[in-house]
Amino acid sequence: MLDQGTSAGSTVTWKVGAEQGQGVDSTGTMMALVLNRLGYHVYAYRQFSSRIKGGHSNYAIRVGNIPVRASSHQDDILVALDQETIDRNYRQLAPNGLIIADTDFNPRLPEDCESELLVVPFSEIASSEGSKIMRNVAALGASAFLLNIPLSGFEAALNLQFARKGDAVIRPNIAVLHKGYEYVKERMPRREGLSLPEVNQDHDNEALFLSGNEAFAMGALAAGCRVMTGYPITPASEILSYMERYLPMVGGAAVQTEDEIAAIMAAVGAGYAGARAMTSTSGPGLSLMQEVLGLAHMIEVPVVVVNCQRGGPSTGMPTKQEQSDLLAMLYGTHGDTQRILLAPGTPEEAFYDAQLAFNLADKHQCPVMVAMDFSLSIDECTVPKLDRNRIPIDRGALATEEDLKHEGHERFPRYLINESGISPRSIPGQPGGQYLATGAEHGIYGWVSENPKNRVEMVNKRARKVEKIDVQATIYEGDDNPEVLLIGFGSPRGAMSEAVQALRADGISAALLSLRVLAPFPEEEVALRVSQAKHVWIVEQNANGQLQSIIEAALFRQNQDGTYRYPRVEGFRKYNGLPVFPHEIIRLVKESVEHGSQRQAV
Amino acid sequence: MAVSVKQYRTSAETWWCPGCGDFGVLAALQRALAELNIEPHDVALIAGIGCSGKIGNYVNSYNLHVTHGRALPAAMGVKLANRHLTVVAAGGDGDGYGIGMGHFAHAIRRNIDVTYVVMDNQVYGLTKGQTSPTSDYGFKTKVSLPNIEEPTRPCLSAVSLGATYVAQGFSSDVKQLVELIKGGIKHPGFALVNVFSPCVTYNAFNTYDWFRENLVNLDDLAPDDRHDPHDRDSAIQMLRAKDGWVRGLIYQDLNSRPFEDRIAGFGAKSVATSDLDLDETLWNNMVREQQ
Repeated sequence: MLDQGTSAGSTVTWKVGAEQGQGVDSTGTMMALVLNRLGYHVYAYRQFSSRIKGGHSNYAIRVGNIPVRASSHQDDILVALDQETIDRNYRQLAPNGLIIADTDFNPRLPEDCESELLVVPFSEIASSEGSKIMRNVAALGASAFLLNIPLSGFEAALNLQFARKGDAVIRPNIAVLHKGYEYVKERMPRREGLSLPEVNQDHDNEALFLSGNEAFAMGALAAGCRVMTGYPITPASEILSYMERYLPMVGGAAVQTEDEIAAIMAAVGAGYAGARAMTSTSGPGLSLMQEVLGLAHMIEVPVVVVNCQRGGPSTGMPTKQEQSDLLAMLYGTHGDTQRILLAPGTPEEAFYDAQLAFNLADKHQCPVMVAMDFSLSIDECTVPKLDRNRIPIDRGALATEEDLKHEGHERFPRYLINESGISPRSIPGQPGGQYLATGAEHGIYGWVSENPKNRVEMVNKRARKVEKIDVQATIYEGDDNPEVLLIGFGSPRGAMSEAVQALRADGISAALLSLRVLAPFPEEEVALRVSQAKHVWIVEQNANGQLQSIIEAALFRQNQDGTYRYPRVEGFRKYNGLPVFPHEIIRLVKESVEHGSQRQAV
Repeated sequence: MAVSVKQYRTSAETWWCPGCGDFGVLAALQRALAELNIEPHDVALIAGIGCSGKIGNYVNSYNLHVTHGRALPAAMGVKLANRHLTVVAAGGDGDGYGIGMGHFAHAIRRNIDVTYVVMDNQVYGLTKGQTSPTSDYGFKTKVSLPNIEEPTRPCLSAVSLGATYVAQGFSSDVKQLVELIKGGIKHPGFALVNVFSPCVTYNAFNTYDWFRENLVNLDDLAPDDRHDPHDRDSAIQMLRAKDGWVRGLIYQDLNSRPFEDRIAGFGAKSVATSDLDLDETLWNNMVREQQ
């Protein structure tokens, strides 16, 4: 159905649900891949619990002929393979929505459910061709009719999936697919709101279907990452798995360490020795890594740390969306430190940010952190063709033959003070480049020093290195001087973007400012945009308003006299574990604008 | 040209107390590296925190001085980046067997080709005299109550956990220590060299004289009294019988296969200096998998 949140094109949301371990994931993935190959834009998201088997899980796909960058709060078609799927999901169905359920479990509609129920004998169809296990394929066939997707796409997918098992498996699957399709076709006409719009003819034939985690790992490999040390944690584990799979093909090493402290320490060791190295983690792991992050800052070693945020603190909600590690990523560790923090908003950006992160780490000789979040890490969507050569590898200031001769110095001056703060570094194995890298304060050769003058010079040197980075720090979309400005980072970008489009369609001038770099913080750009807007909303997924606190501090600093020069900013904070939906932003903004807001320029 | 011990010295002023056992360990390490004819720039010395962790100041190699207890994971990272380097990790008993004990067990399990020299003085020196994980039961200092915990037994633990090279030395016998360290460096896998290195300031119990009196030098034993250092059970029995107070080679697995050799696809080249461009075919496969 035409989604209220978009101005052009239309989207349909299809969801399949069952008990965890019943093939929901593979069914959903097949549907998504088929749609992606046909040229549709898809955004796929799962809901699952932090357990292995049992418990409800579902896989939803929002699909359209325009770029789809967010999940929807409403489903149009719900494929239920058990009663719990209906009970847990019927409230999310659109007014015109449809439930298709397997006859097998004798589905019942809850009393207050207004949606229509179509009962299809998925299991029976599957059994008639040999095994009940194929009931999900029958459900795909039934869905294909309703969505108006040609079966050839599914046939190709089944051929691919069961290529090794051969015709004996492929043939009955294809038969089940057709029977599911025909069963619905004979009983129900296609509905306009549920079937897919025509795919755009000029669609990207090389589009990928990627999660942020996969995109980041691909980017890391393209960037020349050759050592990855990590510890399994939701929702970051896919990055380690991906690297474990591919690093052997490039002569690198992925090691699952005993804990996150070892993971970051080994990555820093590898970085010190000249490899492009990284680790990936989530909140609890980030907490354990803090001491070594300070060490990496102190010894000026490049390392990339990607943090896939989830509900915190402590164990929090491991499989839920949140953005509450922001301050920990920015400041976490003792002492005065600076680091670079990138924040991709889409899987495509995660790919390029991985490459960027390795270049920045080498160039600025410091830890570079990449802020992902659960939805960005796990949700999969259509990604345009990736250009792996867009960001060429740049290893930064490495010691030259001349530097290694260290004329005028007793030994190689690894921490030479200069204007940029970035001193050429030597790599173990290079003759003449020996130095001491120590977490203790040190002088230019690395020897430990507590000299007051040296201390100040070194603290300033390390800070100076990362005052400015050569990266586009923000993305601005929408009207200039808008009535409503949304500011955020990470995966809420999709919902913000749709909200802006919808507001503009309703005659409210609106824009979004997505922060792609959180450290060094793009103060001037944020201050400028905030000063041009009438109402400013900070959209973030945490309770404390961590981004808001940084922005307010930045705006405060701009003034220096204790007053706000700019309009006050308001927080939109969501921390219930679910992603931000476009309609939530739209509703809040409209209410605020219509009821004459308290927000005025001071 | 032969590498000299002199090449391994630095101009840094030594920080240890006069008489500290660590001087002997430093001398032995420098001599071992020189005698093996390894160029200083091909050595990475990774140290932890504590008096012993200062050793990096005095060895003219590439030195990485990390956080407390984390020398072993750092050493692994260095070795993964460049397997041609001689990687030596160094630290004390608190660093290695207290805060770093978890990593110790896993470094052994992995068998990465790193030589780990532990300067074991049975006390925390840098924080002025607290009990350490290897302090004896009843051990008492000015700042600690008598120890009511049993000491860890590093060599026995290492052999039991599957270590492929375990030796123990005494900082006063530099000659023997040089051989033990050289053996560890040549050993293809994880090598523990635990060294009794007396603290003359905070440990009034485990003194030089005490060690001279109580340590059994395995090299001095009559052939019939010697254990078989290539038999794990024999090494364990020997350590149990002598309660760990021995010096010499305790155990070596002659068939040790280092971690680097077991990593699938891990190249013979240093990944730190190899070409980082991604092969076109591989990239195309990566893309196709996501379509």
